[in-house]
Amino acid sequence: MKRYIARRLLQGVVLLFMVATIVFFLGRLTGNPVDLMLPEDATAEDRANLTQTLGLDGPLGEQFLIFAGKALHGDLGNSIRMKQPAVDAFFDRLPNTLVLIPWALLLGMVLGIPLGVVAALNRGGLLDRAAGTIAVLGVAMPSFWLGILLIFVFSVELGWLPSSRMGGPAHYVLPVITLGTFLVAGFMRITRSAMLEVMESEFVKLARIKGLSETAVIWKHCLRNALIPVLTLWGVFVSNLITGAIVTETVFAWPGIGRLTYEAVIYRDFPLLQAVIILKSILILVINLGVDILYAYVDPRIRLA
Amino acid sequence: MSDAILEVRDLHTHFFLRRGVVKAVDGVSFTLKRGEVLGLVGESGCGKSLTALSVMRLLPKGGARTLKGEVLLDGEDLLERTPAEMREIRGRRLSMVLQDPQTSLNPVFTVGDQLREAIERRRQGASLSEIMKEAVAALRRVEIAAPEQRIGQYPHQMSGGMKQRVVGAIAISGEPQVLIADEPTTALDVTIQLQYLKLLKRLQAENGMAILFITHDFGVVGRMCDRVAVMYAGRIVECGPVKRIFEAPAHPYTRALIASVPKMAGSAGRLATIEGQPPSLMDLPMGCRFAARCPEVEQRCLDAYPGTVRVGDEHTADCWKVAAG
Amino acid sequence: MAIADRPSPTAEQPRRALWRALLWPSREASPRRTARVPWVPIAIIATIVVMALFAPLLAPQSPIDQTLRDKLLPPAWMAGGSDKYLLGTDAFGRDILSRLIYGARVSLLVAVLALTAGGGVGLMIGITAGYVGGAVDNVLMRLVDAAFTFPAILFALLLAVTMGQGLGTLVIAISLLLWASFARVIRGEVLALRQRDFVALAKVRGCSTLRIMLTHILPNVLNTFMVLVTLNIGVVIIAEASLSFLGAGIPPPTPTWGLMVSEGRGRIADAWWVALIPGIAITLLVLSVNLFGDWLRDRLDPRLRQL
Repeated sequence: MKRYIARRLLQGVVLLFMVATIVFFLGRLTGNPVDLMLPEDATAEDRANLTQTLGLDGPLGEQFLIFAGKALHGDLGNSIRMKQPAVDAFFDRLPNTLVLIPWALLLGMVLGIPLGVVAALNRGGLLDRAAGTIAVLGVAMPSFWLGILLIFVFSVELGWLPSSRMGGPAHYVLPVITLGTFLVAGFMRITRSAMLEVMESEFVKLARIKGLSETAVIWKHCLRNALIPVLTLWGVFVSNLITGAIVTETVFAWPGIGRLTYEAVIYRDFPLLQAVIILKSILILVINLGVDILYAYVDPRIRLA
Repeated sequence: MSDAILEVRDLHTHFFLRRGVVKAVDGVSFTLKRGEVLGLVGESGCGKSLTALSVMRLLPKGGARTLKGEVLLDGEDLLERTPAEMREIRGRRLSMVLQDPQTSLNPVFTVGDQLREAIERRRQGASLSEIMKEAVAALRRVEIAAPEQRIGQYPHQMSGGMKQRVVGAIAISGEPQVLIADEPTTALDVTIQLQYLKLLKRLQAENGMAILFITHDFGVVGRMCDRVAVMYAGRIVECGPVKRIFEAPAHPYTRALIASVPKMAGSAGRLATIEGQPPSLMDLPMGCRFAARCPEVEQRCLDAYPGTVRVGDEHTADCWKVAAG
Repeated sequence: MAIADRPSPTAEQPRRALWRALLWPSREASPRRTARVPWVPIAIIATIVVMALFAPLLAPQSPIDQTLRDKLLPPAWMAGGSDKYLLGTDAFGRDILSRLIYGARVSLLVAVLALTAGGGVGLMIGITAGYVGGAVDNVLMRLVDAAFTFPAILFALLLAVTMGQGLGTLVIAISLLLWASFARVIRGEVLALRQRDFVALAKVRGCSTLRIMLTHILPNVLNTFMVLVTLNIGVVIIAEASLSFLGAGIPPPTPTWGLMVSEGRGRIADAWWVALIPGIAITLLVLSVNLFGDWLRDRLDPRLRQL
């Protein structure tokens, strides 16, 4: 188990290095952000200054070494617009996103997994088809639009819920639904197909032969096995949530790292965007590592391998 | 107290599919006596397993239904029981060992957990340590070495033969009166097969339970069973004491089956095979189901089903030739 | 079946296979009901494609010209609406219906280009990794894993800042999102194909690796490729709309559905139609292509069902 974690950790570090490198070179080889950041009538001097501030002068290899050296010390450059280290800006906003994501994940699981089980039990029946419709719709609606629709219905028309910014519990409702809807659909689909497969297996038959109640057979023997594929997708879901947060936080003016990403894009704040991408990658890696460990816990075949 | 512990009468279990009705079990009758081992033999797909599942009332999803017949366990018709009553009966009075040990155990629970579930039902209110002690004893009974360690292990840490022993331990932990063993050794290595059969025999002698032993292997029948029922295309075509069936098989299908068993005493002769295919269970012939492959077929075999005829002491067969003679 | 000797231990297992053989003897027969042709989604897709192809003929107004006098008019069926603007106008007095019709062009064009580029790269990488195997396979699959872990949308945003907004940026960005899933599935297919006799035969005949990949492997994975393409159209359309919404898509004034939603966002309280109507169009199109894709997958390649 320890070796397993160590191996995953090492893989994570390698992956992170790859991402940082790709981000670095992608940013510099595909064009010059200086052109996009300066007004059209900027002087050559302005250009030279900005180029220097961004560390975009000198040979690429040298740039990279400087960049990497600084990055190892936790310095990913300064945000142009906010005039503060990009890392600080990120960590200022991070907690606001982290309070949102678990709720969205919870919503996805609490609704999606039981719906998937029920759909599997009623395969081909009315409930199955209803759940299928929810799943198809949940995937087809772009979340930025869903967010606006929810604001229109619940804030503008009904006046029940606040439409933007952070605040009391009521402020969480719409962003969490917006962020979690595709998860409900995702969890449901996977749970359903995993359950259908598990329910046909021989050990389920043996559980029935033992005379176990249907409740124990379905919710203990079947679901515990069906959760294994569901869990493998956790990492993908969380990384989807972190990107999904960009759109959701933009719609709801939620001051998290998603909104920060959006701001970096519209203000062409290249150093900030570069830092945000690398830091988000670290975040996703850490979460994936956590999921892998959890996965090993649920599936003894991995834990004891 | 009657002699029979399990009596199946005229059992019909069909699959109702869009494309037609598959008559997988179509009028099966047999009797399992207390403490005996009855072999149920036939080719793949003849309905043996489905017969067993019908008795357990655990039909596969997807259109299988038991239409008529009786399944009397100690005189009580299981087909009339509610699902809740069946759960009480399963594991306690009627149990089953499945074919494939690799998939019969739940991979995410320890062997001990899976045994415990079975034992708990019989020993309600017992403390965990008592139950675990009993689980260890159950493993020891199926000849698993170091059961104290094994109990905390997961199925993937065990060999196939050992897993099948665990499945056996789970199946008999409720001390059932009837155990259905559905090809329990098919998936095992040949050397392990013999050990497992011996184990089953021993357990049966200890508990006095009756075993319905399903197999496609006549060789195993001779080793395990007291009596044997031969099944073909959804029906039992011959039934009798093993000795009689081996010495004087009445049905041509049984004769062909026996001829196809390799003799241990190294006779190098060519093994007999049966030509042709069994009939489609969706479109069964009017007459004898074996007629199309039977070397002794006559016109009346094609016209009508022969019906069950008594050929000797406890020996019956469904064949016109026997009926005549 | 001839009963000869002792049947091999695997002859009757797993049991599921037995039942399946018993119940559904023919190969193509499946336990699921054969799905009906999804006519409604096909009709919706066809309508939108026609809209995109003949936009200049169909659009009642210019999608770009501003008529500030007519700004924020509601759809024709509402009080204050005008027959001139069936679906109303936006904050600059532009006809929403016309912008919607022109917006379909961007969605479909990006879908076609990104699927060709991203799907094509994924196809090639999948075939190479699956067929060549060994270290090449290892490296390529690690890359795929990495691509799965990291949200491509972040790279897309980065590209929009470094390269500037535009069709090229968008297509490259979305291709980055696609190639890995294509590569993974195709590789799996190729691994199975590699074992087949015709490949061995081609090798014996002395065909080069490249030739085998192109003439023997490629044609056999095209079915799967087509299913993947169909199933990913929705992904691309949503990605394009999201990037447009975030200000990283085709720059204004070219109308795109995501941009239209974004522009109408601030007006949701007094002019809901500006933001909500383009979203309905996106949802309808994605829903239709997904339903169509599901149907196609069931017809062509049911093994991909878990996708």
